[in-house]
Order: sequence, then structure tokens, then C-alpha cells
Amino acid sequence: MNLTSLPVISAGFWAATAMIAAVVLSSTAGEVLTAAAMKSVGDLDEIRAHSGLKGAIVAVLTCPLFFAGVFFMAVAFFALLFTLNQRMELGLVGPATASLTVFTNAVAAKLFLKENVDRRRWTSAVLICIGVYFLAH
Amino acid sequence: MILILVAVCAPLGNTCLAKGMTSLPELTLAHPLALFAAAFTPWVALGIALLIGFFASYLTALSWADLSYVMLATAWGNMLVELLAHFCLHEPVSFQRWLGVVLITLGVALVAPGPSRTEQPAPHNSGAPQ
Repeated sequence: MNLTSLPVISAGFWAATAMIAAVVLSSTAGEVLTAAAMKSVGDLDEIRAHSGLKGAIVAVLTCPLFFAGVFFMAVAFFALLFTLNQRMELGLVGPATASLTVFTNAVAAKLFLKENVDRRRWTSAVLICIGVYFLAH
Repeated sequence: MILILVAVCAPLGNTCLAKGMTSLPELTLAHPLALFAAAFTPWVALGIALLIGFFASYLTALSWADLSYVMLATAWGNMLVELLAHFCLHEPVSFQRWLGVVLITLGVALVAPGPSRTEQPAPHNSGAPQ
């Protein structure tokens, strides 16, 4: 088999793929940790009714998981900025990160938060994933 | 109401930020004060206010609903900017983008009427009297 006949995948493609993975994974980690934090805090509307807005803010800010979530969201944000700044396959990175995050969040919510992601939600996730890709493209 | 705020504030906030930042001269890290001053220009300030509103309503929504529900039920915010651009600014929208709008609408319509929270089974108390 002549290896030189194989299609050459550019280094830029692999760099873009690595950055997409970094953005999607850090974004998903941030969303899941934040959701876990808010689940552990409890219904904010009820907390605000009992302890006021200050009590609700204190309840959120005293949860360590919340800060872990915000940290990963910040990592995702700066990773996306870096990727866009490097002009890496712009037509691929934007749509791919936006749509893949929808899907990975659903997977992570089922695995780590034990949410009931039933057939209705999977179908919705796939439709929205493709729809966001088309919109962002 | 909270889910509407989540869906609307994020795309509008991002749009305001983009509009504000592109109208400014190029910023560099060599002049961090210029970046700080940019936060007080009208469009950027409005964008930041909308994103703070988004984050507050997003946290509230996650406190009583599943992440997989909030994320999907608020996805229509993505197409809001597209529709506003078309109907208010009369910008052309390609067939591919209209297809995206239709798919997101279908996805949201499918998930929104469903349950917003997974009911966790109550812990089994083996010592309870039968």
C-alpha cells in the first residue's frame, strides 16, 4: 500500500480538533459542576422567600462546587477566545463547539447528575445539536 | 418566566457585547485600562448587564430543573438573534439557517412539555415498620 496516496490531514485540522475538544470538555465540566452545585443548594426561589436575596446569594457563594463550575466555565470561555484568535478553521470551530456542547451536556447530565434523559430529550438534543450547527455555520 | 430570561438574555447580551466591542478601536493587553474603560461604553455595559441577568436566572433555573431540561428548553434563544436580524434589520437568512431555526423549534417543542426535573427515588429505609 502506497502511504503517499493517503489523504493528508493538515496540522491545522488536528490543532482545531484539539481546541474544540478542550472547549467542549471544559464547558461541559463547568455546566455539570454548576448544575450539581445548584442541586445541592436547593430551590433558590424558596431560599429567597425565607432568607431574602442576600440569603440566596450567600447560599450560592458558600457552595464550593459553584466555584469549581465557574472556574471551568472561565477556562472554556478563554479557550474559545484563544481558538478564535488563532484563526483555526473558523468555519469549523464555532459551529462544532456550539453544537457538540449540547450533546455532551446531555450525556454528562445522565452520567454524573443521574438525570432521566429519556428518548424525548435525546431526540430533542440531536435536533437542537444539528440546528445550532446550521445556525452557527 | 425564568426560562424565558435564560433564553433571551444570553444571545442578546452576546450581541450587545459584540456590537460594542467591534465599534471600539483594537484593544491590546498592553493597555489594560482601555479594556476596563470599554466596560463602561453603552453597548458593552448593556451586554454585561444582560449576561449578569442570564447567569442569575440560569442558576435559579438549575436549582429546580434538570440541566438537560434547561439547556434544551432554552435553546430557542439561539434563533432569536437570527429572527431579530431578519425581521428587524432585514438581513438575509440563508436556507441552511432557516433549516437550523426549524430544527431548534422542533427540538424545543419536543422537550418543553415534558417533566423539568428527575424525581430521585426516596432513600429506602429498611428499618421502617411495615
